[in-house]
Amino acid sequence: MVEQTAAQVPALTVKDLQIAYAGKPALSGVNLDIRENEIFGIIGPANAGKTSFLKAINRMDVFTPGMAVRGDISFFGYDVATLKNVYALRSAIGVVFPLPVGLPMTIYDNVALAPRLRGIKSSAELDIIVERCLERAALWDEVKDRLDSLGSLLSGGQQQRLTIARALSQEPKLLMLDEFSIAVDPVTTMRIEDVLKELKHEMTIILVTNLVQQARRLADRTAFFLEGSCVEIADTQSLFLGGARDQRTTDYIEGRFG
Amino acid sequence: MFQETALNVRDKKVQGLFRLIFLMMTLLLIIPVLTILGLLIYKGGGVLSWDFLFTGPTDGMTAGGVFPALLGTVWLVSVALVISVPIGIAAAIYLSEYAADNWFTRIINLAIINLAGVPSIVHALFGVGAFVVFFGFGTSILAASLTLAIMTLPVVIVSTRESLQAVPQAFREACWSMGATRWQTIRRVVLPNSVSGILTGVILEVSRTTGETAPIMFTGAVFFTPFLPQSVFDQTMAMSLHLFVVATQVPGVPEELPFGVALVLIGMVLVMNSVSIAFRVYLRGRKKW
Repeated sequence: MVEQTAAQVPALTVKDLQIAYAGKPALSGVNLDIRENEIFGIIGPANAGKTSFLKAINRMDVFTPGMAVRGDISFFGYDVATLKNVYALRSAIGVVFPLPVGLPMTIYDNVALAPRLRGIKSSAELDIIVERCLERAALWDEVKDRLDSLGSLLSGGQQQRLTIARALSQEPKLLMLDEFSIAVDPVTTMRIEDVLKELKHEMTIILVTNLVQQARRLADRTAFFLEGSCVEIADTQSLFLGGARDQRTTDYIEGRFG
Repeated sequence: MFQETALNVRDKKVQGLFRLIFLMMTLLLIIPVLTILGLLIYKGGGVLSWDFLFTGPTDGMTAGGVFPALLGTVWLVSVALVISVPIGIAAAIYLSEYAADNWFTRIINLAIINLAGVPSIVHALFGVGAFVVFFGFGTSILAASLTLAIMTLPVVIVSTRESLQAVPQAFREACWSMGATRWQTIRRVVLPNSVSGILTGVILEVSRTTGETAPIMFTGAVFFTPFLPQSVFDQTMAMSLHLFVVATQVPGVPEELPFGVALVLIGMVLVMNSVSIAFRVYLRGRKKW
């Protein structure tokens, strides 16, 4: 019974979201709910507004000159636009970027950064967090003997798992992945996908992807963004089994454009 | 199929010609450097000795060493650094990491460019008016160093800002998205990865400041003083001014003395430039991304 109520509180509610850059609309009329512990896929070609959507959620718009966000976004019931502590909001949301960003510090420091920002100083505590996060990101075995080498010198696939470990070290309630597999080999992509299936039990995941099949493999529900609007949102299963209501969605999924 | 046509032959000749022209122009650069150094060593090398470095001028500045001037230059440059480096770095951090691109920032940038373009003699007159007279520091190391600091401030700001901006924006965004404030991002990600570049800029600034004459000659450096400076409120001799003095102002100076002074001055600058180059090489060796 308790579990049912928990499932009914959406992790994220977006109402009539509009995003513009220097007055030019980039995304408009987005209305959606993202449930707790689901993987919410977002597919769509370039310039659909997918990345802008993610930036609006964790209030990265303030770092982007000219970016204006209108509409309501509430994160577990809190309106992100009026939230005073945006730093706490961002730290509750892990982000994985298209190109892996291994910060130019040691692997250990990469993963310990977020806990340190939270004020954790004890090295015993940090050791545990670092090991656990690297393990969950399926990177521990490859780097456990060289935690003090530079994170930015790892291979692309390793850096992307490092980025995921870093995001996990924030103990996020929401994990947002923006085309994470763009610079990652297929084998690593599969490993990360397995990781995401596990993580789903502990957090909500938004998966923006350029690979339609990746959304099909992972997402519980999928939204199709096109040219600055959200065309449709549906159960991934039904979407891929011919249940798309909009012809453009069908065309995109079947590879006729994009 | 791969036979040379007349056109190919002509293209190759033209290519060779241009390569030669560019090489000649590059070699031209070496000539003045080698000539200056060679002349200084040839004419002034004879007077160099530990005594020359560590004793004062004697016999109405026609003999003896350069110690008071050497020490004075070290004082002037050090105090100027202490003033200009913190201000310059702070301003560069603000401009690179905080300032939005608006009219206010543009005015500041314009001011920096203009400050860099002000002739040093104008800085000297400003120094006299502001520090010597208005603030009442008199002709002192403090007034001269403040003048030097203001003159070199744009150099520090520009080189620091470039080092900061060489840190990829993606690193900042990754850090911000983890909930870090701008300052936390600067302290943990941006500064650690630009500090070597900033230091390189500072060292280059030192070598430039060392040779400046005009800004200090009215504000704190003197012709001759029998006393070594004890505090920043004292006047001092300085290498660059000393060279001017022994070369043109004092009768009966043996010919090799000014060359010796010049050699010591250029030596100081070369040593600091070498340190800066070594730093750069070291930097390149441990590029982190």
